[in-house]
Amino acid sequence: MRHTISVLVENKFGVLSRISGLFSGRGYNIESLSVGETTDPNVSIMTIVTSGDDWIIEQINKQLNKLLDVIKVVDMSELDHVEREMVLIKVAPRTEDKAEVLRLTEIFRGRVVDSSPKTYTIEITGDEKKIAAIVELLRPMGLKEFVRSGKIAIAREAARKQP
Amino acid sequence: MKITGAEIFIESLKKEGVRHIFGYPGGVVLNIFDHLYDEKDLRLILTRHEQGAVHAADGYARATGKTGVVLVTSGPGATNTVTGIATAYMDSIPLVVFTGQVPTMLIGNDAFQEADIVGITRPCTKYNFLVKDVNDLAYIIKEAFYIAATGRPGPVLIDIPKDVTTGKAEFVWPESIKIRSYNPTYEGNKYMITQAAHMIAKAKKPVIVAGGGVILSGASKELKELAEYTDVPVTMTLMGLGGFPGSHRLSLGMPGMHGTYYANKSIQESDLLVAIGMRFDDRVTGKISAFASNAKIVHIDIDPTSIRKNVRVDVPIVGDVKKVLTTLNKVLKEEVKETWHEIRKAWLKQIATWKAERPLTYDRDTDVIKPQYVIEKIYELTKGDAIITTEVGQNQMWASQFFKYDRPRTFLTSGGLGTMGYGFPAAIGVQLAFPNKLVIDIAGDGSIQMNIQELATAVINKLPVKVAILNNGFLGMVRQWQELFFQERYSHTRLDASVDFVKIAEAYNAVGLRATKRSEVEPVLKEAFSIKRPVFMDFAIDWQEKVYPMVPAGAAIDEMLFLEENKKTEKKLKAVK
Repeated sequence: MRHTISVLVENKFGVLSRISGLFSGRGYNIESLSVGETTDPNVSIMTIVTSGDDWIIEQINKQLNKLLDVIKVVDMSELDHVEREMVLIKVAPRTEDKAEVLRLTEIFRGRVVDSSPKTYTIEITGDEKKIAAIVELLRPMGLKEFVRSGKIAIAREAARKQP
Repeated sequence: MKITGAEIFIESLKKEGVRHIFGYPGGVVLNIFDHLYDEKDLRLILTRHEQGAVHAADGYARATGKTGVVLVTSGPGATNTVTGIATAYMDSIPLVVFTGQVPTMLIGNDAFQEADIVGITRPCTKYNFLVKDVNDLAYIIKEAFYIAATGRPGPVLIDIPKDVTTGKAEFVWPESIKIRSYNPTYEGNKYMITQAAHMIAKAKKPVIVAGGGVILSGASKELKELAEYTDVPVTMTLMGLGGFPGSHRLSLGMPGMHGTYYANKSIQESDLLVAIGMRFDDRVTGKISAFASNAKIVHIDIDPTSIRKNVRVDVPIVGDVKKVLTTLNKVLKEEVKETWHEIRKAWLKQIATWKAERPLTYDRDTDVIKPQYVIEKIYELTKGDAIITTEVGQNQMWASQFFKYDRPRTFLTSGGLGTMGYGFPAAIGVQLAFPNKLVIDIAGDGSIQMNIQELATAVINKLPVKVAILNNGFLGMVRQWQELFFQERYSHTRLDASVDFVKIAEAYNAVGLRATKRSEVEPVLKEAFSIKRPVFMDFAIDWQEKVYPMVPAGAAIDEMLFLEENKKTEKKLKAVK
């Protein structure tokens, strides 16, 4: 099963290598990995999408926790959470498809962030399904390339109790 | 007052209570070596190879329980330590390894003798550091010693660029270390411990499997108390030998691939396994799906990743073995009232039958030297009062089978990584820590040649280690597999008996002795033990001798081959293959 794991790490050099080395050394799978700052400049957060059965996921969690630079590991898949990914798509549509490309961008609440006489570069944010859908829809319309950011995730706050 | 990085290095080691460093000099560590020149309280033992230095520090650490310290130069000096570091990492041995590095300015430049040792050792150290600022040096050293020795111990590497050794800073020694992301669990969960106590009380056929964690946490006394109080037999993994007395009535010897019949039988038939400070290595479990299928498993380990890594566990207890066992013993005595002796009687009787049925054995009626005979004689002559190190292969297995280790830290072997060339330098480290102890490396003619240069270190430092070379002219364990599973095709395992170990010993100004028949074994051993110098003993053993019992790779641990049915079973096995 696929899991999204958030890993809070010390913002030191070599940390990314320790984490990726753990995955490659033990034969775990990384589907995507993204790293960024947090409110504390000394701390970074990594969002790792991985897959495996319960045994493997348990080991991944424990092995991550064992790394000295890892402060906290949260398996987002066990919590109510929000996931987002961003994709930048470059399309070179035929003239008759241009309007459709722009319309799709709008439907998917995306933006055109760059345009040239022959191409549009479109930015779309969403969960995995949405990204997959837009990519598929644009594929026949001159899709040239796309770059995905990897997934990021955050836990939802517990709903406030009704008085 | 500001002092140089080299001086901070020296002062920090003194603050840590270090007395001995094993090392080898080189360009970028010259400043540190220059300060060691006048040093009275800090002695550097110059080995003849950096790998030897790490194994020596490892032996020193295993025998004393202190953290071993290594100092080498950059590039090849650093890369030569990797095998030693990986050996210590697999067996959870605390080491701090200092490597020199090219000046900060040149890092990444492919400078002369530059190697990215921090990158190289990342997967085989518990942690590693590159010191970029001399102001951080003291803190990092303190941190490294703290990390190496706490939690599940392991090697830590500190890479020090040359300019950091010459740069100046105030020497500030931190009082204590706090790492927010590193908080090992020492106290076991009380509820789980109580669960375990009740399971031990109810079990009709329990077995304790004790590993290296018992020795590392100093829990031999607590383990003995547990076993004796509850009348549970104990099997010790290779790393656990000595953690529980081998001559104890409840000892089952070692389990696994070359374990005793009765240890493996007991595990397979048990209804409760109490695994203590061990990690269910494949050499212990054999075929996992057929391992202890009827047993509930209680697993005590300080490293959560060891639990449920290989086998299912019913009661996991994360904590320091000594602390957990102390609580467990208390709970058992206070809360659980059982008449152990009655409910265990049948089980212990069954085990006694297994012991009588198939004891460890070899052909005793022959004039050729059987390796097991040499080990038995060493045990007999020393009365077990010696520290034994081993190389890897047949020598290691015979040493684990035919010598009974009654005290912790008296059997040192590369268990996890299986490093040939470990035993001799390790013995040198042990001898340095215990000058008056009899320290014996049980070696093969293959392994000893992997670090034979350290004989110079032993001679020059007057360290009278004894090396018993079980010389069969082969890489024996690999040959054994070739005989059993590869139709006796001895591909590249024949070493030829052309090396004269006696002459090698003499050339190094050590003593060389030789025995070619059984009757010469005892006199050679006696003579060696009476000489206060390093001795190589060359025992020309039966080259065809194999280690039995043996569980073929991939088989369940009770599917063993035995000496008696040697030929018969081998034939059958070949047919199967």
